[in-house]
Amino acid sequence: MVRVGLDIGSTTIKCVALDERDKLVFSDYERHYSHILEKSEELLRRVCDSCIPGGRAKLAISGSAGMGMAEAVGVPFVQEVFATRVAANRLSPGTDCIIELGGEDAKILFLSGAMEVRMNGSCAGGTGAFIDQMATLLKLSASELNEAARRAEKTYTIASRCGVFAKSDIQPLINQGARTEDVAASIYQAVVNQTIAGLAQGRPIQGRVLYLGGPLTFSDVLRACFDRTLGVSGTCPPNSLYYVAMGAALYSDMEFDLRETAVRMGERGKTASYRSLPPLFASREEYEAFRARHEKARVNRAPFPADYEGRVHIGIDSGSTTVKTAVINESGDILFTDYRPNLGNPVPLIRETLLALRRGHPKMTVGSVTTTGYGEELAKHAFHADFGLVETVAHFTAARHFLPDVDFIIDIGGQDMKCFKISDGAISDIFLNEACSSGCGSFLQTFAQALGYGVEEFARLGLFAKHPVDLGSRCTVFMNSSVKQAQKDGATLDNISAGLSMSVVRNALYKVIRASSPEELGRKIVVQGGTFYNEAVLRAFEKEIGVEVIRPDIAGLMGAYGAALYGARHADGESRLLSVGELEGFTQTTRSELCGKCGNNCQLTVNTFSDGETYISGNRCDRPVTGRADTGELNLYEYKRRLILSYKPVKGHRGRIGIPLCLNMWELFPFWHTFFTRLGFTVYHSPMSSRSLYLDGQATIPSDTVCFPAKLAHGHIRMLAKMGLDAIFYPCMTYNLDEHLGDNHYNCPVVAYYPEVLAGNCPELEGVRFIYDYVGLHRPRDFVKKAYEAISAAFPDVSRREVQAASDAAYAEYARHMEQIRARGREIIVRARAEGRRIIVLAGRPYHIDPEVNHGIDTLITRSGAAVITEDSVSSLVDKFPTRVLNQWTYHSRLYAAARYCCSQPDMDLVQLVSFGCGVDAITTDETREILQAGGKLYTQLKIDEITNLGAVRIRLRSLFAALDERQEEAE
Amino acid sequence: MSGYEYPRFTPEMKKTHKILIPNMAPVQFRLMSAIMEQRGYMCELLDNCGSQVCELGLKYVHNDTCYPALLVIGQFLDALGSGKYDLDHTALIITQTGGGCRASNYIHLLRKALVKAGYGQVPVVSLNFSGLEKGSGFPITLTTIRRLLAVIYYGDMLVSLKAQTEPYELRPGAAAEMQERWIETIRGWFLADKGWKSRELRENMPKIAADFASIPVKRVPKVKVGVVGEIYVKYSPLGNNDLEKFLAAQDCEVNLPGLMGFVQYCIYNFSETARLYGGNVFTLNASSLLLGILEKMEGVMIDALRQNGFHAPMPFRELVRQADGVISTGDKMGEGWLLTAEMVELVRTGYENIICAQPFGCLPNHICGKGVINRIRSLYPEANITPIDYDPGATRVNQENRIKLMLAVARERLEEREAEKRLKPVTEKPELVKAV
Repeated sequence: MVRVGLDIGSTTIKCVALDERDKLVFSDYERHYSHILEKSEELLRRVCDSCIPGGRAKLAISGSAGMGMAEAVGVPFVQEVFATRVAANRLSPGTDCIIELGGEDAKILFLSGAMEVRMNGSCAGGTGAFIDQMATLLKLSASELNEAARRAEKTYTIASRCGVFAKSDIQPLINQGARTEDVAASIYQAVVNQTIAGLAQGRPIQGRVLYLGGPLTFSDVLRACFDRTLGVSGTCPPNSLYYVAMGAALYSDMEFDLRETAVRMGERGKTASYRSLPPLFASREEYEAFRARHEKARVNRAPFPADYEGRVHIGIDSGSTTVKTAVINESGDILFTDYRPNLGNPVPLIRETLLALRRGHPKMTVGSVTTTGYGEELAKHAFHADFGLVETVAHFTAARHFLPDVDFIIDIGGQDMKCFKISDGAISDIFLNEACSSGCGSFLQTFAQALGYGVEEFARLGLFAKHPVDLGSRCTVFMNSSVKQAQKDGATLDNISAGLSMSVVRNALYKVIRASSPEELGRKIVVQGGTFYNEAVLRAFEKEIGVEVIRPDIAGLMGAYGAALYGARHADGESRLLSVGELEGFTQTTRSELCGKCGNNCQLTVNTFSDGETYISGNRCDRPVTGRADTGELNLYEYKRRLILSYKPVKGHRGRIGIPLCLNMWELFPFWHTFFTRLGFTVYHSPMSSRSLYLDGQATIPSDTVCFPAKLAHGHIRMLAKMGLDAIFYPCMTYNLDEHLGDNHYNCPVVAYYPEVLAGNCPELEGVRFIYDYVGLHRPRDFVKKAYEAISAAFPDVSRREVQAASDAAYAEYARHMEQIRARGREIIVRARAEGRRIIVLAGRPYHIDPEVNHGIDTLITRSGAAVITEDSVSSLVDKFPTRVLNQWTYHSRLYAAARYCCSQPDMDLVQLVSFGCGVDAITTDETREILQAGGKLYTQLKIDEITNLGAVRIRLRSLFAALDERQEEAE
Repeated sequence: MSGYEYPRFTPEMKKTHKILIPNMAPVQFRLMSAIMEQRGYMCELLDNCGSQVCELGLKYVHNDTCYPALLVIGQFLDALGSGKYDLDHTALIITQTGGGCRASNYIHLLRKALVKAGYGQVPVVSLNFSGLEKGSGFPITLTTIRRLLAVIYYGDMLVSLKAQTEPYELRPGAAAEMQERWIETIRGWFLADKGWKSRELRENMPKIAADFASIPVKRVPKVKVGVVGEIYVKYSPLGNNDLEKFLAAQDCEVNLPGLMGFVQYCIYNFSETARLYGGNVFTLNASSLLLGILEKMEGVMIDALRQNGFHAPMPFRELVRQADGVISTGDKMGEGWLLTAEMVELVRTGYENIICAQPFGCLPNHICGKGVINRIRSLYPEANITPIDYDPGATRVNQENRIKLMLAVARERLEEREAEKRLKPVTEKPELVKAV
């Protein structure tokens, strides 16, 4: 009897039929666009027509989207990884390892040795959907992406953990003019890194490797990339797309009448139910009234004839996905607007627009050109614009024009969202989406496209949906599976469309702004950004927030309009903008080079324009631009790094001991260095963190959601293990030192126990003496006893008396170290005050001074003219005070204390560094915000992880400085 | 600062306020509420669930906070907003472990959320053994502790008995009905302040076990699954998308290690902390004294189970040793070494298929959950462990899919084992063959 297998994946359906001798007699696959039931029904009929005239066959269903359906129609379900294994055992015996990438799934199967299967969990990074999304971003098809990557010369670092993050890595590259070929190759490399880091989790991939699934079948460059990274030569077998389906077929043991099953599938679509929300509009009339109301929010327009003779101001908003231009006259009336998608490089588009303006209106006088948005700097340098304005201020300027007493602005663009509260006429609070783009327009767009619609058409579908799907509020990546489930439950497209619009709004409100009640946001709200042209989103927003908002008719152009207004206010005379001739002869060449002027080795993108002007990006400091190194004199982070690195190995008689320079060692190294040096050891620390050090250790990370500083530890251990030391020392520490600022003095669980993870997961530690005993520095007397036990177990000739002496010296050194930091902090404060600089307390944890962790945010701040000090340099200046949360972690007690101290210093502001995935900071951020707000201070939080995207960070900081400037101006 | 003031639960409120209890371990908590009632408190175990619980949590608590906090707080807010309670005469109770995990902060997050949501007048009672929250703590006297311990044992036992009977029962529903009957019976005892003395435990426990043993069953080989994890998502059906029910539908026998293990773990950690970092002898002694008392009660339960043909959990004394060579018992944040030890225990006692459940981004479980799986696998190749993350965004489909994968492997191994048995009938598989 013929056996049929259906593989219902996240994006496609595959169907195979095997005859009695397991020969493949039918195979077909199709994208299902979420029409799972219809397509399955169709495929079953097709297989019958093709090779099962009687209609009776054995059947099993597999695939990530197939489970619910299989249950509903009573067909056996085979878990897809399991099915892959069944097929591989039969078709490619002797395989050691299978790497399979699908639409939204990534899997690794280890077949030899202890059989193991690894699947991507809550993260869809590194999958076909990710590659598709990135290809769309580059305006390439999947096969073009492959071809482009083949011609790559180098790769950039791109995070593939989530499409959202990758986008924010890729977009600046595109904006800065990086070659498409290189970006394409970087995307593949990101997928490879993600698969290995997320799934292999320490288990080596070796031997005979099999590549399965769509992306690996269709892209030979991706396969080569895996081969190269893993050091294997894997194969992509015939029918590599159909392994899951064949596995299901091989496993099938129940007989069905396929035609009858197909009929049942068709019926099933009509009976399912899902959780729904009230409709967006109860009636046509309600909709018409809504439209009429929003029609009224219009900006004045003035004619702009070819012989226009007045003075104009041009605003250019070079955003992440679009370039917007607004031209206004002296009274702020709009003369001309332009809105076009950013096709990778915004410069030619802007040139085209400017040239058309200059040519079309030869008599106008350009008073000013102001650029804003992601590509602000690039555009400013390329065309000699007069002002560069941080985008938040641009939007605020525009919104104020519509509603002078606006108290809340939300701008939802393609992939970024900006919200700010206004109090006393200044930006008081900024929310940017760093961790999540689920509240943004590009998600809706990608989704519309995936379902085969244009975004406007898709949104319109939802306006009158009767039962919008309740999709909750969560990350884009997860939303895909929610939608999948809703469709499985029979939700129609109109209801899904409405549901998506609603969840975009909820994400914005509850994930990014984290509002708990609409009243909190203010009552005078201006909404802007292209996403709000979408009436479904606009309506959902009003419904959710319970207020009628203002959506200007130029909602998508507010950045450009605000920039133009800013220029109009600040300009005198004529703009420096390139002339017609200069624009005509304008050229831009882009090359990329390694800076090489210091250990950071920044990957620079150098844009050279026809007039010889260059614009360099990708640099962490001004050295490649100005040729001078940052002295770091007003940077306490720099000072702390130098202090730590000044502890050099001192030749000892007992042996060589290594300490990983990670997590709490960034603070305790002086202690342990002194301790072991006194005991007669030569003490080494692992090298400074770097990208390659991280990649080197990433295969042994067991939990992909742990914070980046912890992940780095794996690389450090690997480096130390290579050094042939007598021991590696990294103790577990439940408690930290008690600084009497809180109710307890814990370390967070990760800092406390990470050595356990290293011991259990780093194979390179086998055969190495790894000392990771539990010690407590908070009780010096007991410490000597315990340390003696631990050390003498490994080095029996060490005496108790020696440990006592070493311990005394170590405590003294630690105290001296911390005092040095405080003293330098005081010096910096004095000097900054003398020079009239702002002082920023860049508050984090000790390990945030690692440049690989903070990505140079400290120097970014000093480059902008402020001084940087640390939380531990001022935390001792306040007494313990009550907090509304349990104040029980030493590092966090410092944070609260530093925030409290800032409130008493008019020229001091706090910026909190938060590592992505730091669960403790879910608690500390709110508390810190409250402390600062109670003291009349602005709160700024920078979320960081392995990705080096300083774009968002820069916006944040510049907005903070702009807000502080404005406050100061008003005070004066 | 007035913002830092919150209403306390005063002794007078005992008479005027109804205390709402969040639902974590349904069986154990139902029994516990009987003690509170007997002591003169008015209380109600919440059973409200549904999407609005989670949404309220998301609305009023930092979204990156762990899922259990969102759910517990959401459940409270949902209840308070339901109109069923007189808000001026309602209080909430929440546990606090006082450890280095952020869970110790739930009470503060709850208070912040209450103020934000407009229920600032509602006092929150802290149930803890660490001396936190002196003003709002639930008065814990020695006799209360003895009663609490007894109900936890009864509860653990009922959960275990039902889990071992239900998959094999001939008449569907028999075990569940019996469990329900016993819950009511035991509640009756405690309302009458009976049933918690050692003598009574020795008398009652064998009776209960024998009763379950009398249910007609057909013992066929089934996939045996152990569930460990962060305490809330491990036990609460609200937190784990009704995991037990799902596993039952997949035709598995489920072993959910008891709540008492966690209590013993907390007590043990006091002395372990003193041993590791120094401390007074009193803590050491008090800790071992308490553990000694528990060991006796535990022995009664274990004997009752074994003598009636049921699988019994390892005595705590042995459980502690299971962590040897995998993780130090110094790891005491969250579920710490206990979680690891439970996994090893399960693997070694025939429940080698394990779901390790945690909220997304759970900090302690990076270490004692996901961090040790590699080592457990290398020591026990038969271990078939899958970590499952729970959070508001993770869909059930995704979780169930991963569990099904684990089960597919488990089934295959079960079949292989059965086939082997048919080929050469071996003698009874010796328990605990592997030395640590």
